[in-house]
Amino acid sequence: MKFVDEYRDADGARRIAREIDAVTTQPWTIMEVCGGQTHTIVKSGLEELLPRNITLVHGPGCPVCVTPAALIDRAVEISLDPGVIFASFGDMLRVPGSSHSLLQARARGADVRIVYSPLDAVALAREHPERQVVFFAVGFETTAPANAMAVWQARRHGLTNFTILVAHVLVPPAMRAILESEDCRVQAFLAAGHVCAVMGWVEYEPIAARYRVPVVVTGFEPMDILEGIRMAVAQLESGRAEVENQYRRAVQRRGNRHARELIAEIFEVGPREWRGVGAIPESGLRLREPYLEFDAEKRFGAPPSAVPAENECIAGLVLRGLRRPPECLAFGNRCTPDAPLGAPMVSSEGACAAYYLYRRMRVRS
Amino acid sequence: MKLHCPFPAASEEHILLAHGGGGRLTQQLIDRVFRPAFANPLQQAEHDGAILPPASAHLAFTTDSYVVHPLVFPGGNIGDLAINGTVNDLAMCGARPLYLSAGFILEEGLLVKTLQVVVSAMSAAARRAGVAVVTGDTKVVERGKADGIFINTAGVGIVEAPSPVSPAAIASGDAVILSGDIGAHGVAILSVREGLEFEGEIASDTAPLWQEVRSLLDAGIELHCLRDLTRGGLATSLNEIAVARGAAIRIREVAIPVRESVQGACEILGLDPLYVANEGRFVAFVPERDVTRALAVLPRGVRIGTVHPDPAGLVLLESRIGATRMLDTLTGEQLPRIC
Repeated sequence: MKFVDEYRDADGARRIAREIDAVTTQPWTIMEVCGGQTHTIVKSGLEELLPRNITLVHGPGCPVCVTPAALIDRAVEISLDPGVIFASFGDMLRVPGSSHSLLQARARGADVRIVYSPLDAVALAREHPERQVVFFAVGFETTAPANAMAVWQARRHGLTNFTILVAHVLVPPAMRAILESEDCRVQAFLAAGHVCAVMGWVEYEPIAARYRVPVVVTGFEPMDILEGIRMAVAQLESGRAEVENQYRRAVQRRGNRHARELIAEIFEVGPREWRGVGAIPESGLRLREPYLEFDAEKRFGAPPSAVPAENECIAGLVLRGLRRPPECLAFGNRCTPDAPLGAPMVSSEGACAAYYLYRRMRVRS
Repeated sequence: MKLHCPFPAASEEHILLAHGGGGRLTQQLIDRVFRPAFANPLQQAEHDGAILPPASAHLAFTTDSYVVHPLVFPGGNIGDLAINGTVNDLAMCGARPLYLSAGFILEEGLLVKTLQVVVSAMSAAARRAGVAVVTGDTKVVERGKADGIFINTAGVGIVEAPSPVSPAAIASGDAVILSGDIGAHGVAILSVREGLEFEGEIASDTAPLWQEVRSLLDAGIELHCLRDLTRGGLATSLNEIAVARGAAIRIREVAIPVRESVQGACEILGLDPLYVANEGRFVAFVPERDVTRALAVLPRGVRIGTVHPDPAGLVLLESRIGATRMLDTLTGEQLPRIC
């Protein structure tokens, strides 16, 4: 398939891996920020091609994983209101809050629907004026423009039965939080190509400069990621710390102006709790004052304050790149996708689930 | 898609609870809809069951229930599935499908016209597969207690494979042959269910598989195991077999055919075609020496892998870029991803 096959080519992948090998003189630890990239790395077995002294650690870029349990509890509670249609992207449905997931709520009678776009949720609200439609606005900057557009359209249609439960998180504050933690191992970042397609990479320039860390905007196919690694290693080996763009077919320095303007019109930056990581200042989006009527937390009440995790899950360490999933004692025995202790084992983009699904036999051996 | 209905149009007539009550309306439904569609000499109107002729070999017997939504989808409807699914389960036992039962649970308010379309498809599928529907039953449940039509079919077939076809017969070194491209059925259903529009319609692959199995037997191929790739797709079927046999199955991703339209839809939806359901595809485990002849018989067949002794119970996939990973059983249902 065009635009896919040429980035999954075995010969091409081996060629880039050899180039990485040729320039690597010492051990380097590189973090890919995005869960989609983690998924590609583990699924296609990229690490088998890399030289042994390149270590990839997996970042916090799985929106499903970092959505706090308290917010999922709130979503479950709202969904169980008989007057509500609760709409969500599919992979949020299986994630447990402190007691239930949205799938379990559906089994208990909640009207929970999978949509492919927040605009489908707006359409639901127009079709069902007698019901309240709530959309779970989860994601990084990638999904923010479509969620902003949903609110914009709801205002234009004069809808009074549409709200969004906002769980938006931002990448640059999370990268700063990782770099500022005392035990940070990360020496270079692969930035998430989709996020940068929206936002560009201007925000990353001060990060690269201040923390002396190379940042390579990287795509999602195996050869994209290998090339991103090659560019990051080249910078590390030559002592440079710049922002470079591997994902040239999709990303420009200033991103998508229309999308950024729409986000800025509807949302503003605010504090946000990250599951497994904790509160990070200025790391999320919330609705601006003129759009608060579309805020589900205003209409249905705010979530209770975060419930601290009481099990042995080390999600916080995994999401900050301090541990790899197989290093967790519960991995694959007390924690599996069927009975997860934490979100990274649930989401299809979660690092623990990726290792469990694709690499379990290696971990065992 | 065109559905030809040989029955008199019943305008906007709806199924009533009384259609399942056993009285006059039930009889009318049988006479108007079911009997003409499934007419065959073994159907005995005044009897509680069908009397089948004596068999000369082992019998295979299977049952399956069909609850698909929507009832009609590109490439078929629930009626096609209800015949082909059970026919294929028999074929996977190395058995020639012969007789089927059909049990219907209808929801009050269903259009009789819709039932006729479904029954008409069953009639055509049964003819194509060479099976007779020899007995049946109809119940009607209150509106809201079912989703239009639920169908159960059970089937009897006569085993024609000379040696047992089952995971236990698989030997180390056996080749894994896939009968054609995968993923079309699941994507066809999903595209209608979710109202997704793709360029070029993706039609279900629903089809009877006995002829393909029979032609493998005719070619003298030693069939060790057969499995149709329904719920959970290729990945799940291979895992079931690897566990049942206590062997490892190694397959190559590049060898697995996926039509571009199906691949594209899966890319957009964040689904893996290896886990998407098929209704007209199977894998065959055959000895290495039979591979060439097997591929000559199956026009769309491809060899995708080989059976190894270790690591027992696992399916390993060589990825496109040449690395090896596990191909696990699906956890829950595949859910579309956020981004």
